[in-house]
Amino acid sequence: MAQSLERQKAKPHIAEEWVGKVYTLLCIAFLITTIVSIVYFVASKGLSTFFVNHVSLTNLVTGLKWSPDGQPPVFGALPFIFGSFSTSILAAVIAAPLSFCAAVFMIEIAPKFGRRYLQPVIELLAGIPSVVYGFVGLSVIVPFFRDVFPGQGVGIAAGALVLSVMILPTITTIATDALAALPKGLKEGSYALGSTRWQTIYRIVLPTTLPALMTGIVLGIARAFGEALAVQMVIGNAPHIPHSLFESASTLTSAITLSMGNTAMGSVANNALWSLALILMFMTFVFVFIVRWLEGRKKL
Amino acid sequence: MQSIGLSAKDLTVSYGDHAAVKRVSLDFSAKQVTALIGPSGCGKSTFLRSLNRMNDLIPNCTVTGEIWIRDQNINSPSTDVVSLRQKIGMVWQRPNPFHKSIYENIAFGPRYHGTKNKKKLDEIVEQSLRKAALWEETKDRLHNSALALSGGQQQRLCIARSIAVKPDIILMDEPASALDPVSTSKIEELISELKQDYCIVIVTHNMHQAARVSEKTAFFLNGEVVEYDDTPKIFTNPQRPETNDYITGRFG
Repeated sequence: MAQSLERQKAKPHIAEEWVGKVYTLLCIAFLITTIVSIVYFVASKGLSTFFVNHVSLTNLVTGLKWSPDGQPPVFGALPFIFGSFSTSILAAVIAAPLSFCAAVFMIEIAPKFGRRYLQPVIELLAGIPSVVYGFVGLSVIVPFFRDVFPGQGVGIAAGALVLSVMILPTITTIATDALAALPKGLKEGSYALGSTRWQTIYRIVLPTTLPALMTGIVLGIARAFGEALAVQMVIGNAPHIPHSLFESASTLTSAITLSMGNTAMGSVANNALWSLALILMFMTFVFVFIVRWLEGRKKL
Repeated sequence: MQSIGLSAKDLTVSYGDHAAVKRVSLDFSAKQVTALIGPSGCGKSTFLRSLNRMNDLIPNCTVTGEIWIRDQNINSPSTDVVSLRQKIGMVWQRPNPFHKSIYENIAFGPRYHGTKNKKKLDEIVEQSLRKAALWEETKDRLHNSALALSGGQQQRLCIARSIAVKPDIILMDEPASALDPVSTSKIEELISELKQDYCIVIVTHNMHQAARVSEKTAFFLNGEVVEYDDTPKIFTNPQRPETNDYITGRFG
């Protein structure tokens, strides 16, 4: 009697388990299909530049001249690659120290004020649309650079500065979480040895959370690397490697957004843009792998 | 008569409006182990943390009263807390080694208090590890991560780390309660060794441990000291009924 009752009761549970399992499996299958098809689509388009149009990969990656309309057309994407890396890394160099200091202030110096008021304000920065950043950059930063430095004001410096504000919330949020997750015992242990607050922050808090801080930087760079609109508005979009930070330059993303409307699907010029997209996607994968690797090191 | 290592007078510790420790006065003798026992929440850990001003780090926590080391009241606002904590070391329930090498864990304190000489630091590291009975186990891997040590070894490392800054007093907050019996007995042996040089105050939940390692025992209840006497007397012939109830396991 008791046994049959149990069996009756168990049945809806099994069905529930099964429904849950199938539902999650369907979701994951959908996700994986989407990702695989995107990668396949970009790769098939991007690779046809090399296999169908016979542009050499080395020429594309190391070539300095980009003129898809020239006779014959030349596809050298190095200026874009250079522009993307220099703006992203420079943006991280500007934003990282600010973010770390903001995180230290919010967690170690003024936790109450910091977490209640400062953190929401910084996170608000993440919600501002990139066109607004670009607009502000174009109307404030570019004229300022034009007045102060030689050149038109547009360029890598302006792009990096705009990007640095945009990635500030990413790095700050990750750094804040990392600092907050630090076991309380470590800090107390340091204080109990007669360390000052500064020594504790500098010698214990920052070194212990370093892998997480690096994760924040890499994610910030990845975000800057993929940003198109704001950068395009302030960088000048000249397809060559500039001689100074205040000279018009271009990035992979801005090259794609600027030209994609002017090329016919299937043409060499269009395929070449897909190759740029492929490079962007590949770099994003590299960033993700770096983050994974850093996360693995966090456990020590 | 032993010389006094540390002396608390009318010490009251409150979190907001709630007084966790109420007007406690206790003298701790140098070169002796004093055990603080009592049920959870009786204020013994809070009291211990006040002795090296660790409660300064907790917002909302106020400490009134006096704590005397020789002729200095360390609970006065003018006390240099940083140099005070060099004189009073602390060991916690959970070992908290820094995420650094064994060597760097020990050298951390002395280095930032001005010892830069490599030879001198080597010497301090060896001495501290020897005193904490950890030298033989770690001398071949001083530069390996301290996190690779076992829990008991980590706790002895933390004791060695606090010895390295040459304190007079060591506060221990349930130093063995997270450890297995073998590691616990090692820590207890170590405490008995260390009392030749230091004034040790230990909070413990384990009454056998208090009986084994300490000379004096204070029984805390609801933020007050109910009884403070020689350890054998507390455990064999307590004067107060509450103490008797606690040590015979009737509550707590």
